[in-house]
Amino acid sequence: MTNNENPSRRAALKCMAYGGAGTLFTLSGGVLMATDLAQAATKKMHHAHVGTPLFVQISDTHIGFNKDANPDVAGTLKQSIALINAMLQKPSLILHTGDITQLSKPEQFEAAAQILSGLNVTDVHYVPGEHDVSDAGGGKEFMDRFGKPSNNKGYYSFDSEGVHFIALINVLDFKPGGLGILGADQLAWLKDDLAGRSSSQPIVVFAHMPLWTIYEPWGWGTGDADQAFDMLRRFGSVTVLNGHIHQIVSKVEGNITFQTARATCFPQPKAGDGPGPGPLKVDAAVLPTMLGIRSITYKPHPATMTIKDTSLA
Amino acid sequence: MNSKLLTGVLFAGALGFGASQAMPTPAPGDVSIKDFSFGPAAITVPVGTTVNWHNNDGEPHTVVSADGLFRSAALDTGESFSFKFTTAGTFKYVCTIHPRMVATVTVK
Repeated sequence: MTNNENPSRRAALKCMAYGGAGTLFTLSGGVLMATDLAQAATKKMHHAHVGTPLFVQISDTHIGFNKDANPDVAGTLKQSIALINAMLQKPSLILHTGDITQLSKPEQFEAAAQILSGLNVTDVHYVPGEHDVSDAGGGKEFMDRFGKPSNNKGYYSFDSEGVHFIALINVLDFKPGGLGILGADQLAWLKDDLAGRSSSQPIVVFAHMPLWTIYEPWGWGTGDADQAFDMLRRFGSVTVLNGHIHQIVSKVEGNITFQTARATCFPQPKAGDGPGPGPLKVDAAVLPTMLGIRSITYKPHPATMTIKDTSLA
Repeated sequence: MNSKLLTGVLFAGALGFGASQAMPTPAPGDVSIKDFSFGPAAITVPVGTTVNWHNNDGEPHTVVSADGLFRSAALDTGESFSFKFTTAGTFKYVCTIHPRMVATVTVK
């Protein structure tokens, strides 16, 4: 390398500049809209204006974690669920983008299921994080519970409200140096899944680790995701949702919007800040401002996804 | 040989000395996990050695061989994993939670 600066870190910092709480995006051809969950809850926002609440993303619940950064991850998950249950217009789906548990232990999966059963939305979809496949069986605990829709492969798709949802898994295998990979089988499946599909159908892709490289030294990226985006680029509206880094980072590239979500458990440091991506201890008063959920509303003609992040504060 | 290289050698020597003073001398088959790394990152042991990995970090880690020979469950702070090496070879392993953590065991 001839440059003294680490290019991936520079790129990461550039990405960070786009991040922030409550960032809103209109994906294609629509009017840029600003929404606020509290406003929507008081019905000031008219349904026809904002569109249909399509789904809520919840991420990185890490049930079983009990250290200083948040000794009560069950409590903050319950608060997150209360926020979702308080939405006046119920979304039809919940997407959990992984790290349900801290250590993949059966009792942690069971505790998580018990708390998540408090959601008043029954259609919940899961993709695993690396913490969910860290059992000695290499993911057996997760697949035994959530493997059915994907036939234990971890990737699958479904349609809701005319939108095509694609669940991907990028935590089972790694490139040397640490980026996640999708692998040839999953990429071949994706090609088949998208073949013949109209480019006007909105696409939502969800996976645990970021599907674009945010910070390579910490493995915040997916090494072969470019091959997936070569297939997705023709679509008019692609929303890519990830977790893993416990903070909001976003990027827009053509018709593709990339967004990582806040966790419900604890925040993590900004890219490259400290020895590694571990739990970030903040003041108890600050913690709720760094945790939260995300809701996505959808309006067809033209397809418009509006992304709203809401903190627990 | 230039002076830069000499400085490097001296510096490495000083670091090694500092490290051995700060910690008790580990057994040849012991690997400590700390600050998102395996230490030592490369060890060489005789055939038949049981290697013990101990997680001294605040974060959970796993010990998973690249070729599928051994695989720990997630080790929380203070937990350990052991594996007995019965054949010679060089075995690469990673933490699957933080896959940039890569290390090797060479068995002779």
